[in-house]
Amino acid sequence: MSSEEGGMTDTTEKHEHDHETPQQGAISDFGIDTTSQSTGEAVRDYWARVRGGELGSLPALLGLVVLLVVFSALSPTFFTLGNLANLLQQGASITIIAMGLVFVLLLGEIDLSAGTASGVTAAVMALHLINNGNLLGGMGDTVFYVFCGLLVLAIVLASVMKIWAGAVLSAIALVIAAVGIPANAWLEMLLAICVGAAIGSITGFLVAKVGIPSFVVTLALFLVWGGVVLQFIGDGGTLGLRDDTIFNVANGNLNFVGSWALFVISVGGYAAIVLIRHFSRLRKGLVAQPTSLVMAKIGALAVLAAVITYALSLNRAPSDLVIIEGVPYVVPLVLVLLVIGTFVLDRTSYGRHVYAVGGNKEAARRAGINVERIRMSVFVIASSAAAIGAIVYSSKVGSVDPNAGAGNTLLLSVGAAVIGGTSLFGGKGRLRDAVIGGAVLAIIQNGMGLLKQPAAVVFIVTGLVLLLAASVDALSRRRAATAAR
Amino acid sequence: MSEPILELRGINKSFGPVHVLHDIDLDVHPGEVTALVGDNGAGKSTLVKCIAGIHPTDSGEVLFAGEPVHIKGPRDAADLGIEVVYQDLALADNLDIVQNMFLGRERTKGGLLDETDMEQAARKTLASLSVRTVKSVRTQVSSLSGGQRQTVAIAKAVLWNSKVVLLDEPTAALGVAQTRQVLDLVRRLAEQGLGVVLISHNMNDVFEVADKIACLYLGRMAAVVGSKDVTHGQVVELITAGRSGDLGIARPEAATI
Repeated sequence: MSSEEGGMTDTTEKHEHDHETPQQGAISDFGIDTTSQSTGEAVRDYWARVRGGELGSLPALLGLVVLLVVFSALSPTFFTLGNLANLLQQGASITIIAMGLVFVLLLGEIDLSAGTASGVTAAVMALHLINNGNLLGGMGDTVFYVFCGLLVLAIVLASVMKIWAGAVLSAIALVIAAVGIPANAWLEMLLAICVGAAIGSITGFLVAKVGIPSFVVTLALFLVWGGVVLQFIGDGGTLGLRDDTIFNVANGNLNFVGSWALFVISVGGYAAIVLIRHFSRLRKGLVAQPTSLVMAKIGALAVLAAVITYALSLNRAPSDLVIIEGVPYVVPLVLVLLVIGTFVLDRTSYGRHVYAVGGNKEAARRAGINVERIRMSVFVIASSAAAIGAIVYSSKVGSVDPNAGAGNTLLLSVGAAVIGGTSLFGGKGRLRDAVIGGAVLAIIQNGMGLLKQPAAVVFIVTGLVLLLAASVDALSRRRAATAAR
Repeated sequence: MSEPILELRGINKSFGPVHVLHDIDLDVHPGEVTALVGDNGAGKSTLVKCIAGIHPTDSGEVLFAGEPVHIKGPRDAADLGIEVVYQDLALADNLDIVQNMFLGRERTKGGLLDETDMEQAARKTLASLSVRTVKSVRTQVSSLSGGQRQTVAIAKAVLWNSKVVLLDEPTAALGVAQTRQVLDLVRRLAEQGLGVVLISHNMNDVFEVADKIACLYLGRMAAVVGSKDVTHGQVVELITAGRSGDLGIARPEAATI
């Protein structure tokens, strides 16, 4: 595939930037538009973009490598199989919440309430399980009716803004709460996600339609939801989650066959989608990356995935009495969410509109995009994702306490998204940023713990890493602003 | 003379107590460039935004191809075939050229974005306008120069087979060569049979490309004249005083309220 794949262009001569010498009325071809590049050109292009301030997730990937090397050198237990799986399970909930927050950050907004909102969903899930579906009994009359009232409010608000997914999920939550179906782990998890969607509808409406800055709305709701969790659980109480299905979400593993099936499906699926798209673009003469680069990317990913799958399918139990092996369930969970989310952002009009509103709200409005609807919808997505995160961390701990989702859950999630390369200024970011950033934070927390560092040091280091990531974001943005024009 | 494609009849617009537009009448003919001139605050941009559906009008009638229409939002205007190129260039910096040209009206196939179709259409349109300065249609808008951005914004209008294109000071921030390029593009739009409205402060630009000149003075239409029938000086007088000899508002002093 050389540059002869001209497509619409008849001439293959490449003019340099010649806009200083326009020929009046000359009808020429779209002369310097190139559709395919050589590998060298692509690498140079990428390097030029990096120098121009578009770093993407490059700093986070470099950081990841450095952290892996440093901790492996300092701690003998860090690079063991058991710890590797442990890392994945520890980082999963933060990563999932961060993936939801990427949507909010893409608009240049923030959701400070995602942490405590996830706590609310976890508490509702636990109440439903413990009281065998009788939420009325679990919450008490007043609280239950207020809870149902808020769900109705969420349905109304989401319907007014025509966010049907939010309305339907809120309605499902209302039905589950009102009907009192006996406890079932899957139902409880669905309930948690639906309550999350309802919370997001209320947050989103206040931000998008009422017009309160998201910082203030979510700061206020951060306190409110924190109080609600306390009300649901009671002072000093803890709601234990004694259910195998829920326990397995964060602690279970795929069996040997399942692990390799996951490898085949994910790598094969990725390769198939990327290659089919790549060759169809080349055939139609569209802008495409060089084939060698595409192949190299797929190859690198396949090797990495194979190594990880192999390592995780070995027995990693610390004693000989039990066998712990296989890829943890959280890995396919995160992968599925990543694929769905990336697909929505990259391949649907909705995703395109999210980027457009984040890049230039006024331009999006003039293009006829319903900006308010987009702004509200991202909060629904963020809170629903927070609920999934809540399921994972409750499963990991095995209980829900009054501090669920409080503390540094939120900061770590926002941190994961930002460290991964999502801009706090909106318009730039991808879902995989949340995964990379989540990995960085999980490694810091885990590695520092293994080195027996006190909590004080862990907090300070985590905070400084976040600050560093935010600085990189701000500086690269400034660089991009001066590089253009 | 052909039938006007867009007619404004008695348009009024107030922002609170400020009466910005008084009984504006304007005809836009296909294949013609109508220049809209006036001092700062004369209401040029407001008039364009009213036509584009950004601001609702208080009273008055808009006729499109002879039919009365109600434009309630940017989407209505776009559906009629009215495209606006704004002074502050309504482009999203973080998207590429193709994505910007199709923003809000993405082509989809089975619910998914049809990138192939969009990219080919964008390239064809840019080629038909002799745009030769863009390295790739997948270049991010943030890395384009002012003239290139203007070109993309204008090409968007052509892509959508618009009938009327409103350009709000397209050359305000451009250098000499780029201005030249944009003016050529404006002329080419008219030659393709579109009705073009050009807002400009630059008299040289106006006399170079416009067939008709409409002068706004303090929110009133002072005069609509053929660009060959007036001199540079007369237009400046119309802009600054609202009248010039026989042309313009009868007694501008009384008209200021």
